[in-house]
Amino acid sequence: MIAFYLFGAIAIAASLLVIAQRNPIYSVLLLIASFGALSGLYVLLDAPFVAVIQIIVYAGAIMVLFLFVVMLLNAPHEETEHDERVHPLLRRGPMRFGGVLAVALLLELVWALTKRGGESGAFPSAAVSSVRDIGRTLFADYAFPFEVTSILILVAMVGAVVLAQREVPR
Amino acid sequence: MPSINDYLVLSAILFAIGTAGVFVRRNLITILLSIEIMLNAVNLTFVAFGRAFGAPEGQIIVFFVMTVAAAEAAVGLAIVIGLFRHRESLDPDTFTSLKW
Repeated sequence: MIAFYLFGAIAIAASLLVIAQRNPIYSVLLLIASFGALSGLYVLLDAPFVAVIQIIVYAGAIMVLFLFVVMLLNAPHEETEHDERVHPLLRRGPMRFGGVLAVALLLELVWALTKRGGESGAFPSAAVSSVRDIGRTLFADYAFPFEVTSILILVAMVGAVVLAQREVPR
Repeated sequence: MPSINDYLVLSAILFAIGTAGVFVRRNLITILLSIEIMLNAVNLTFVAFGRAFGAPEGQIIVFFVMTVAAAEAAVGLAIVIGLFRHRESLDPDTFTSLKW
């Protein structure tokens, strides 16, 4: 219970700071901290496989890609010449709409989930946690989606190369 | 022991943070990071429900979500690099060529 609140607090605080940071490098590093806390939550949920690939794939691969691009572009600071000191909820147009939308979404979901009925949401004691079971299901029942995933990765790789290449002078 | 409702509330808070980030921030990279926050909030929901129902599918779909997130990050960052080459800016308000 204490571990849940600890990891949850770290995840929420780090995610909030990701949004609040002005320097994208700090945002990326804080998001890695948030992913570490989420990995701890996955361990609490008896999902060690997800916890490990969260660290390896997300924090290790995807976030390094982000960090690489942030350093490559060398534009660390957000150019906000307009309404620098105005609170996000008081700004014009879609920004205010988005802020209000996020607050409304949060209130709605917390209200809906805390106003539950009499049944307790406790977890059953038996858990499907072994990597063996997951691998068996993934490669037997979900073999076709798994193979389609490889095509998706190929398409994304080709697309990234085409989009990011310099235009060759003719 | 925390119940599934605690995990769902935590996931809702993280998703709302991601939504706020997409709309409030004026930096393409931070917007992509906010999308990652939202994807992770949904992943947490999947794992919590998979644990509650005793099904391995909750963890398998997280695997697929991570794959799609990796593809999305690669293509999205390539687009960001291309946009930055054109306009020397990461502010989405400067890219208005397609605006009617």
